Amino acid sequence: MAPSSPPDLAREARIASDPRYVALVRDRQRFSWMLTAITVIVYTSFISLIAFDKPLMAQPIAGGTTSIAVVLGAAMLVGTVAICAVYVWRANGSYDARLAALLESIA
Amino acid sequence: MARLTRSALLLALLGWATCADAAISGAVVARSTNWTAILMFLGFVGITLWVTAAAARRTRTISDFYTGGGITGFQNGLAMAGDYCSAASFLGITSQIFNDGFDGLIYAIGFLVGWPIVLFLVAEKLRNLGRFTFADVASYRFLQGPVRSFSAVSTLLVVSFYLIAQMVGAGQLIQLLFGLPYLYAIIVVGGLMMVYVLFGGMRATSWVQIIKAVMLLCGASFLVFGVMSHVGFSFETLFARAVAVKTKLALETGLSPADAAAKGRAIMGPGGFIKDPISALSFGFALMLGTAGLPHILMRFFTVPDAREARKSILWATVWIGYFYALTFILGFGAIVLISFNPAYVDGAGALLGGNNMAVMHLAHAIGGNVFLGFISAVAFATILAVVAGLTLSAASAISHDIYASVIRKGDAEPAKELRVSRITTVLLGIAAIILGVVFQKQNVAFMVSLAFALAASGNFPVLVMSLLWKGCTTKGAAWGGAIGLLSAFGLTVVSPVIWVAVFGFEHAIFPYSSPALFSVPAGFFAIWLISVLDRSPRAAIDRAAYPAQRLRSETGIDVHGPAAH
Repeated sequence: MAPSSPPDLAREARIASDPRYVALVRDRQRFSWMLTAITVIVYTSFISLIAFDKPLMAQPIAGGTTSIAVVLGAAMLVGTVAICAVYVWRANGSYDARLAALLESIA
Repeated sequence: MARLTRSALLLALLGWATCADAAISGAVVARSTNWTAILMFLGFVGITLWVTAAAARRTRTISDFYTGGGITGFQNGLAMAGDYCSAASFLGITSQIFNDGFDGLIYAIGFLVGWPIVLFLVAEKLRNLGRFTFADVASYRFLQGPVRSFSAVSTLLVVSFYLIAQMVGAGQLIQLLFGLPYLYAIIVVGGLMMVYVLFGGMRATSWVQIIKAVMLLCGASFLVFGVMSHVGFSFETLFARAVAVKTKLALETGLSPADAAAKGRAIMGPGGFIKDPISALSFGFALMLGTAGLPHILMRFFTVPDAREARKSILWATVWIGYFYALTFILGFGAIVLISFNPAYVDGAGALLGGNNMAVMHLAHAIGGNVFLGFISAVAFATILAVVAGLTLSAASAISHDIYASVIRKGDAEPAKELRVSRITTVLLGIAAIILGVVFQKQNVAFMVSLAFALAASGNFPVLVMSLLWKGCTTKGAAWGGAIGLLSAFGLTVVSPVIWVAVFGFEHAIFPYSSPALFSVPAGFFAIWLISVLDRSPRAAIDRAAYPAQRLRSETGIDVHGPAAH
């Protein structure tokens, strides 16, 4: 799948060897793997809690009817959206700004 | 009857939330023809056909057909939600909550938690490298033939299982809601889907999905407003009254007051859904990683101009899907409170009239009368159409773009010819979908959606991740390793209880768990790694040497196309 205009290989090489590029890729990758790990660990813990300690999950909160399970479940829904928001905020903000500055400076 | 309902529920639990398969568990009773619903549905069809006609005038090039010429991240997020939230999430999850309480939320969370994984690992790189299909990305630096062939086969498998479940579910559901015979219902769905995709391509498909998502979210929000106003906008009151209702139902079956109270309270905690932690985790991993390998979802990334909008699409998709599942949870509890003792909705034993997925339909009637019931029925039908249109488009592009243009014509296909091939494929797929819908009418298709997710998680996902992130990955590793992942998911499903015991009638399953993903996903990754490491062919050297250039383009988006370029 080659682009119709040939890629500018010399420019690509200059970008690839630029320390700002190396740092950007490293930072962004570290951040995305960290968030992936958080997502997987939190979700796995949630499922494990359900599998291994049902009585705890069924316990009501503050003497009412609402249970720990319902609160944690709702928190999972909100947390999933929130972790996406954190990534998009950072990637579309500071990472994209660094990338734009880098691409602009290397013609 | 309660026993029957429960076993039907368990049977359907595997494939519950993203398809209409839930509608087929339990007895299906055709209703008298519901004219309000049919009129509302005709209104929806009218609008979507008008959109399709408008889209058709602007669908001239192959790029228009595959990507729709570009939409914003917000629009794409809504379309993704429209693609992902199905009639059965709506009917199936609410009914499961109506029956068992909390357990329904476990599915909902599993289906949502795949989206951050897509966002963190593949979204922006996919958008930066790809043009029309995810195979563009998976095969970027490899020999096109083997990797594209694998991707196309895998796409067709995943889409077929997904589609069969949708078509059968659609037929049953429409029979239930509108009183239309099964065959007519299937033909209407297959025919309309063909028209959308054939004439309007991705542009019409996107708009059908957006319109449907808005209708579904508005309808469900209105219902939730009705429920919450009934309980004074207090969740505590809602839950307390639901527990009281369940306790009263248990008392009526002759339990002691203490046992009845315990049974009533049981809806607030996890119940029988997760008995075996391995199955639960495996199922969870299939949902989580499968989302990142579903071809019709991945294809949606190429409808936005750049990585920035691709990220926004996912954020919006997650917002709407999360909101939708929160609504279904409230609706399930609302149904317990509002319809449990009404003889118009439930029989003497407390089972739902009209089939055991009708909870939200009865709730719609209880809150908004016949007109609103009609609206919600039309929404359910629209939902199925939007999902099958997206599936068909991704299968058509796998055949025309990956097989025809890239493998057979070696990348020098005339665009006009490629477009013609994709349109012919769409017609054939429409016909195939109708035939499959009829053939599988009486079969248990409930496991097929979970199989589709498991296949996507074990084949597409490892290939995509390894080709994007590991420089050592080679053509052989991607093509054969992916195939091994795919086959192990398929094989383990065949020897698992859902087929080995339930279909073939053997006494014990060879593989005891309900989902293969916990084993087949690592198998896929391991096979790709092993075959790549052992690969000493000249091609492997080219593959490895091409990684830095691919990596740079995937990280920066330079030297690649926007969706409208061609």
